[in-house]
Amino acid sequence: MPAAAHSASEPHESRVAPGTVRRAVVVGGNRIPFARTGGAYAKSSNQDMLTAALDGLIARFGLQEERIGEVAAGAVLKHSRDFNLTREAVLGSALSPETPAYDLQQACATGLETVLGLANKIKLGQIDSAIAGGVDSASDAPIAVSEGLREVLLDLNRAKSLPERLKILARLRPKDLAPDAPNTGEPRTGLSMGEHQALTTAQWKISREAQDEIAFNSHHNLAAAYDRGFFDDLVTPYRGLSRDSNLRPDTSMDKLATLKPVFGKSLGAEATMTAGNSTPLTDGASTVLLGSEEWADARGLPKLAVVVDGEAAAVDFVHGKDGLLMAPVFAVPRLLARNGLTFEDIDFFEIHEAFAGTVLSTLAAWEDEEFGRTRLGLDGALGKIDRAKLNVNGSSLAAGHPFAATGGRIVASLAKMLHDNGPLDGRPARGLISVCAAGGQGVVAILEAYSAPEGR
Amino acid sequence: MTDKYTQFVSHGFGKDLAKKLGLPQPAVLRRYKAGEPLVPGPVLVIGSGNGKTAGSDDLAAALAGWGLDVRRSALPKEKLGAIVVVLDAVEHPDELAGPVLTAAPSLRDLAAGGRVVTVSRTSASAANPAVAAGRQGVDGLLRSLAKELRAGATANGILLGDGAGTTSPSTLGALRFFLSGRSAFVDGQFLTVGSGAGQLSADADKPLAGKVAVVTGAARGIGAAIARTLHRDGAGLVVVDIPAAGDHLADVANEVHGTALQLDITAEDAGNRIIDHAVERHGGLDILIHNAGITRDKLLANMDEGRWNSVIGVNIASQLRINEALLGAEQLRNTPRIVSVASTSGIAGNRGQTNYAASKGGVIGMVRATAPLLAERGSSINAVAPGFIETDMTARIPFATREVARRLNSLQQGGLPGDVAEAIAFLASDAAGGITGEVLRVCGQNLVGA
Repeated sequence: MPAAAHSASEPHESRVAPGTVRRAVVVGGNRIPFARTGGAYAKSSNQDMLTAALDGLIARFGLQEERIGEVAAGAVLKHSRDFNLTREAVLGSALSPETPAYDLQQACATGLETVLGLANKIKLGQIDSAIAGGVDSASDAPIAVSEGLREVLLDLNRAKSLPERLKILARLRPKDLAPDAPNTGEPRTGLSMGEHQALTTAQWKISREAQDEIAFNSHHNLAAAYDRGFFDDLVTPYRGLSRDSNLRPDTSMDKLATLKPVFGKSLGAEATMTAGNSTPLTDGASTVLLGSEEWADARGLPKLAVVVDGEAAAVDFVHGKDGLLMAPVFAVPRLLARNGLTFEDIDFFEIHEAFAGTVLSTLAAWEDEEFGRTRLGLDGALGKIDRAKLNVNGSSLAAGHPFAATGGRIVASLAKMLHDNGPLDGRPARGLISVCAAGGQGVVAILEAYSAPEGR
Repeated sequence: MTDKYTQFVSHGFGKDLAKKLGLPQPAVLRRYKAGEPLVPGPVLVIGSGNGKTAGSDDLAAALAGWGLDVRRSALPKEKLGAIVVVLDAVEHPDELAGPVLTAAPSLRDLAAGGRVVTVSRTSASAANPAVAAGRQGVDGLLRSLAKELRAGATANGILLGDGAGTTSPSTLGALRFFLSGRSAFVDGQFLTVGSGAGQLSADADKPLAGKVAVVTGAARGIGAAIARTLHRDGAGLVVVDIPAAGDHLADVANEVHGTALQLDITAEDAGNRIIDHAVERHGGLDILIHNAGITRDKLLANMDEGRWNSVIGVNIASQLRINEALLGAEQLRNTPRIVSVASTSGIAGNRGQTNYAASKGGVIGMVRATAPLLAERGSSINAVAPGFIETDMTARIPFATREVARRLNSLQQGGLPGDVAEAIAFLASDAAGGITGEVLRVCGQNLVGA
């Protein structure tokens, strides 16, 4: 039965003894279709989209008026007025207004990090339920005034007399009036993300064709997943869109081959990254419902997957030691080792397709004997993954990539895939998520199909 | 909302003008609001013979038990909320005159939004020609009387089968429905109570408390109204619609505190997915409302396979498949009550709607044939056939056509989605347990295909 709303003073249903941990399960997810920038959601704010994604989740799982333990979400491109974005979205949603919320930001890893942080709180018994999420709008991006104008305005505010004010105003120069729009350039290198990846792609000698093939698979896998109804309980339409607007079900290797390189033009003939094998700027939002087993059971909610573990890494891209988006290369072996696993134990690989080149450079690094020995501290290569297990229902190249929303998209989809597969070879199906992020960062995680603990 | 014309002619200048010009003067209908009295005044209960029969006495006692102000004979000039004419003992057409002519003068005293309800026996259950004539006479009488009433008053009849009496649970349930504002747009119609099955709810304002209901096509229009009404009556809800309507569906789910299930009901496994969802999330399934429907209008001469097949597929084939799953489901502790949305098009036909009318006629046939199967399991299935209802769909009909269609019934106005929902909520309740295989029209007594 749908549970009665929690009163604000009601304690948790179950406490966990200090020092012990319990399992955190993925109950399900909801996202709005992702839209190419300037498209269907051009007039939608981050708060609008996050609220819509939350309301769809609430409707799917009957959470109206429910006090959720905590909601965490974030946006990468964020207006200063959205200082309490997630809490504001909660207040605008059908959840109990007594649901606390916080914002989190770790560039493109924001969504995955909200899942890991909240899952940890559930594991520790601090909360019984949580909603993780993320949203981004490149259409409704914040535009700031220039540093020059900003300083003048602030000084003006502090000035006490008219002559003082006039003196300050006289400092203004025409160039100060130009607005300051956000970009995806790295503050420390001045290079865009695409230009950074172009260097990495060339360094690992990734061919144009291999990149186009990743893009081709992404579109075809995502389209097939939509066609067989895979997203029927993962996506709620928004503003007239019921599928991701970037999806090109009819794309072909030939079509992809005709596109001209857009990044790494300085590389000349070695330039391989096109608009087809790079993700476009996208608007969208995603949410994931997490809970303890008891919390889900008490409400008759599904338990799709268990959040097993997560790991973050960062690389020194500033001095060129590693590529900007290569941090997951280091995070994954650490995560696998801690959990006593190898690639053989993973059934689904969800590697975020920032660029096809990112996925392929990552795989190449893991397959490289010398890299494994010298950089990962292993006896040899970390390993080769079975491509048939990679992004089987499509990924960011087809769906698009509203920065902070990608983690939630992947976690909810993977949890469903794992649940649909159930046990494999006598153990729960297992999935690995890898998300690269600006600033040379990366967050990776392991999810496992839910199976009842022994004796239950 | 009541249409603009009805608002205009309801008071002041508009009222005077319409009267002088002899224009139709539709009334603002009396609709159910929690807390308001069941009827707008005392209830006159008239029996056959000398005005009192055992059946009418029992019925009058039951009504008094609800706290109603019951009269056994009319007081001069007193406004009446309803007149109940109990004709269960009529065995010859000659016997109609007594009760009917006793009731006649009181019709002038019927309050706005008042009710006339007849309670008689089905003619089909009579072997004797004179008995059958007397009983069938009620049919013509009631339908004509409904056309004579004004000011939003309606007349409807309850027919008792062999297994039912004047105080059977569903007789009282149907009577309560007809007397109340829940039946505002039901006029000139009969409901047959076939058996003594069913149970009146202890709480008249929450007759569906504790029930789990599934409504298909719930994202908008009549389906959304059904979800709201079932929620108001206390049911927990699963709202279903196609994935492309998911945003509206989510809004409805959040409004009625239910769960949204994005599902194409034409899918092979739709029935099982609905059952699984209801059982896993809500602990069971007590009520299923087959509301989802589409129109793909074309004259038959211009009809193509796509239009024909999609309408049949969504409107009736899916219902057959889902019902089959329901009857075969092992995880259900009881068989749910089913209410299907048919259409007056399926009864009287409609130009350009051969495919739609075939599908809705199909619904009626399906309901009748499924009734005995469900009766074995203590459940019921009925259909509601809406007439002209004010929805987004009918708002797209060209103005003149729409204006004519909307006035061509005894209440001279279109019904609201909520009116259809009320009839469905009643048929889905335990109070209607003795009613099955019926088609109840919610059409304001549409003049076409009565």
